[in-house]
Amino acid sequence: MKFSEQWLREWVSPQLATQALADQITMAGLEVDAVEPVAAAFKGVVVAEVVDKAQHPDADKLNVCQVADGSGETVQVVCGAPNVAVGQKVAFAQVGAVLPGDFKIKKAKLRGVESRGMICSASELGLEEETSPGIMELPLDAPAGEDFRAWMGLDDSTIEVDLTPNRGDCLSIKGMAREAGVLNRLAVEGPAMSPVAATHDETFPVQVHDGERCPRYIGRLIKGVDVTAETPLWMVERLRRSGVRSIDPVVDITNYVMLELGQPLHAFDRANLHERVEVRLARAGEQLTLLDGQEIALRDDTLVIADSRGALAIAGVMGGEHSGVNAETQDIFLESAFFTQLAVAGQARSYGLHTDASHRFERGVDPELTHIAVERATALLLEITGGEPGPLIEAASAEHLPAPRQIVLRRSRLDQALGLSLPLEDVTDILERLGMPVEADDHSWRVAVPSWRFDVAIEEDLIEEVARIHGYNRLPVRRPQARLGLRPDGETQQPLSRLRRQMVARGYQEAISYSFVAPELQKTLLPQAVAPTLANPISSDMSVMRASLFPGLIKALEHNLNRQQSRVRLFETGLVFRGELDALSQIPMMGALVCGNRDPEGWAASGDKVDFYDLKGDLESLLAMGGEPDAWRFEPGEHSALHPGQAARVLYRGEEAGWIGTLHPAVRAELGLKVEAVLFEVRLDALTQGQLPAFTPLSRYPEVRRDLAILVEESLPVQSLLDCLREQAGEWLTEINLFDVYQGKGVEDGHKSVALGLTWQHPSRTLNDEEINQLVDAIVTESGQRFGARLRS
Amino acid sequence: MDHLPNLVAEARDAIDAAQDIPALDEVRVRYLGKKGEITALLKGLGKLPPEERPAAGERINQAKQELGSELDRRRQLLEKAALDARLAAERLDVTLPGRGQESGGLHPVTRTLERIEGLFTRIGFDVAVGPEIEDDYHNFEALNIPAHHPARGMADTFYFDATRLLRTHTSPVQVRTMKSEEPPIRIVCPGRVYRSDSDLTHTPMFHQVEGLLVDEDVSFADLKGTIEDFLHAFFERDDLSVRFRPSYFPFTEPSAEVDIECVMCSGDGCRVCSHSGWLEVMGCGMVHPEVFHHAGIDTERYKGFAFGMGAERLAMLRYGVNDLRLFFENDLRFLRQFA
Repeated sequence: MKFSEQWLREWVSPQLATQALADQITMAGLEVDAVEPVAAAFKGVVVAEVVDKAQHPDADKLNVCQVADGSGETVQVVCGAPNVAVGQKVAFAQVGAVLPGDFKIKKAKLRGVESRGMICSASELGLEEETSPGIMELPLDAPAGEDFRAWMGLDDSTIEVDLTPNRGDCLSIKGMAREAGVLNRLAVEGPAMSPVAATHDETFPVQVHDGERCPRYIGRLIKGVDVTAETPLWMVERLRRSGVRSIDPVVDITNYVMLELGQPLHAFDRANLHERVEVRLARAGEQLTLLDGQEIALRDDTLVIADSRGALAIAGVMGGEHSGVNAETQDIFLESAFFTQLAVAGQARSYGLHTDASHRFERGVDPELTHIAVERATALLLEITGGEPGPLIEAASAEHLPAPRQIVLRRSRLDQALGLSLPLEDVTDILERLGMPVEADDHSWRVAVPSWRFDVAIEEDLIEEVARIHGYNRLPVRRPQARLGLRPDGETQQPLSRLRRQMVARGYQEAISYSFVAPELQKTLLPQAVAPTLANPISSDMSVMRASLFPGLIKALEHNLNRQQSRVRLFETGLVFRGELDALSQIPMMGALVCGNRDPEGWAASGDKVDFYDLKGDLESLLAMGGEPDAWRFEPGEHSALHPGQAARVLYRGEEAGWIGTLHPAVRAELGLKVEAVLFEVRLDALTQGQLPAFTPLSRYPEVRRDLAILVEESLPVQSLLDCLREQAGEWLTEINLFDVYQGKGVEDGHKSVALGLTWQHPSRTLNDEEINQLVDAIVTESGQRFGARLRS
Repeated sequence: MDHLPNLVAEARDAIDAAQDIPALDEVRVRYLGKKGEITALLKGLGKLPPEERPAAGERINQAKQELGSELDRRRQLLEKAALDARLAAERLDVTLPGRGQESGGLHPVTRTLERIEGLFTRIGFDVAVGPEIEDDYHNFEALNIPAHHPARGMADTFYFDATRLLRTHTSPVQVRTMKSEEPPIRIVCPGRVYRSDSDLTHTPMFHQVEGLLVDEDVSFADLKGTIEDFLHAFFERDDLSVRFRPSYFPFTEPSAEVDIECVMCSGDGCRVCSHSGWLEVMGCGMVHPEVFHHAGIDTERYKGFAFGMGAERLAMLRYGVNDLRLFFENDLRFLRQFA
């Protein structure tokens, strides 16, 4: 909502400078977005009369004019405007004037003729953005010699307020004035408005078929209006300062009244109305050509204004092209209606429209304005376009008009909510100045809610009004009190922050990527994945929810590779989305990706590339934090995004908890990734699990260690061998250390030698060689039977 | 006996000439060893007349002691020289960088979220989280935003179908908590939220922290105190001006926007604060009774306040980041700045 400060001050004029007024309005909850002067700076421009005009001797398009600028003498000025004429009142820049853009007016000779000043166009004075075709013509009663700026009241500001959607009541000068009035405890008084007496008794049939959506509809026939009349400059200016362009006097007046009072109005050309005006729901598919030329097919939940031939306008949104006022219009049918919020809500948007009318009706227009506005507009029409007003034609359905509401504000609740006790008279004064009649006693205020306050429905709304007007920043400040209660804290749960820090300690940067990804990328990585798709994505490459953290990590990898960052270590935590909407899982996960050299580049770095085992080591360091490393297993598995020979399903307590592996070369090729990358993702619910440390006494007896080199087939997962060893090594085994895996000279092709250090220790005695030998024999025998393993000699 | 002085002089020369410990040991053996020349003199004392023996013995022993301490002195010298040489040889360039993995870093948004969570959990708030794909009820209805409410236009929503959507705020977590727990409730809800807006100053996903306190006798004054304390603590400036501006959120009444004195220009006016001197950083208010009704909380007995803030905005102000979009590009050159 944009409005002119001067216009507001006509209703109420606080003793505040512009900026202070704007700040005050802002701090009352009506946020001022901008305060702009209504005209650029200029000086030395006066109102003058053109008293003579002659053709320039040497230039066809120039005139030599004599103007009376109030100085007593006429001033000669050369003017090129096509519309300059004797008798006109004009804005005249005298010699010495400075126009916008620091344009100084000096004595000049134009093709040999002296010119002392300039007759200005509106654009030269910064009053129009587009270049004006001719000079600005002022009303004939403009006083020659008067300072133009002062006479036009150009030392004014446009104040733009960004209103919250609950404050539809402030979408007018009247509403803003009410706010300024209560804030400054000043009376508010607008221009006098009174009903206009009808000068004929002609009416037009109005039928409201949907009283629920349109509880009140008022029409009036005004005959014989002169649409070619000029809108007076003061009105054009007020409209301009409110961001509204002047169109024709009828439209200008309806706009003016809307800005002034907040009631949208519409004028139909009587000649284009057939038989009657109906307010009804549209028929599905009914066609309407809007004022802006757009042709639309209406839905059957849209309220329209129609005549016997069909829809004329979308109620409360926009009029139709064919029924509007045009240059030939003689009689108009003026509409002032109360459409409910629900009737208009969402309608404009659903047709891709947003109008001043819909903006207001969606937020609620005062149902009591209908009459006042139609009378105000009629009076202005008579003044400007002339015409003969008929009687008001009203169709109202009382049961659907908003019922008067009363709310009780309890003193106890107000004091408790604000943390202070305001004097009774102050509260009463605030409420009454807001237009809320009050009956007060010591314990409460019984408040009648005014018809324009759709947002005031409960006691808390009144508390807010009192707080807001009193000033939030004058209210007390205190700290909340609470009982100090300890809360349970699961020690076995690893906080996510610890897991994150572990990754950071191992050289990873944390990434945050969008939860929606490109469907193609997700499909390439996870062709089987089912994840919800957005109905209204911001773009197609952000349209499907991620079913894995892999797409985001790979996108981040690409971004960095494209910026000469070849060593990438990233991790991310967040939800992945799996399944159809009705069977959706939103699973918190942690994922990581490594690519490039194992070590940061440096004088001591190896230059080796990272591989599967680097990332596995990092993952294992996370798993170890829970203190139950044996609960985790890695087993070879197949994953669409991962290298079939370098991928493992990560199991926690036997359940799949995630995946780790090298990015599949075919996938890499499809993505155009030249470098290898290794990734994992594991469910956070598993990663955060753990167990309490449980102490075992330290043995005072010596350890026994045996190193075994066991030959097995290359394809045998070491895990199987380890499981077998653990089974056979007896209860006093304390550690197995796998210290070498060897293939090559001395080891048969297709085999590998696995070197293991086994450590035993008994809690209460020294173990003897014999029992260890027996255990080693059992290990060798069992692994030999199970896997064909044998000791390497 | 007469050659003792010569012998001592010779031995001294030999000690001085020894360039390392083995050479010095040889000198010791040669003069003072079992078969050493001085030792031999002692052994030869018996051949002297008895009356000369004590004096001669004393002279020889004196010579032996002198040489012994000469030898020790020389040994210390040589040992020190040897140590010096070794240390010199082992000298490292300690200015070379260390070896091994360099550490990574948390994302600035995580850093900010953890900081906010930390400030509130320390005074007794819990952290609550919830799903990101929400339903219309939890994201709107239960928060007093019925269908067609103009406030729905305030947050452009990503939908999956008629009722399921990406949450536009973390308020649904508050709704879920209020339904499942009894007051007093003190929670902060950090997390990702989504709005279909994408330009220089909006990303379609961002992070919020919302807070909720429900208890008996909670007032607007408590809300003001909490917010002021938080902003002072977050920016580590006790003199930071904070102001509360009436505003509108369907789920709070009264509602306020919170402005702080611009941290870039200290309120003088700059580009960041659009020359107003103020920065809008949070929204807040007293929980709307309708929200309590949905959650089954007795509005006569309990009151509550809620607040919400954008983590990216606070991170930008705190760390001076001037481009919102950088937060989600995951550019290592950006991320490394927050380690």
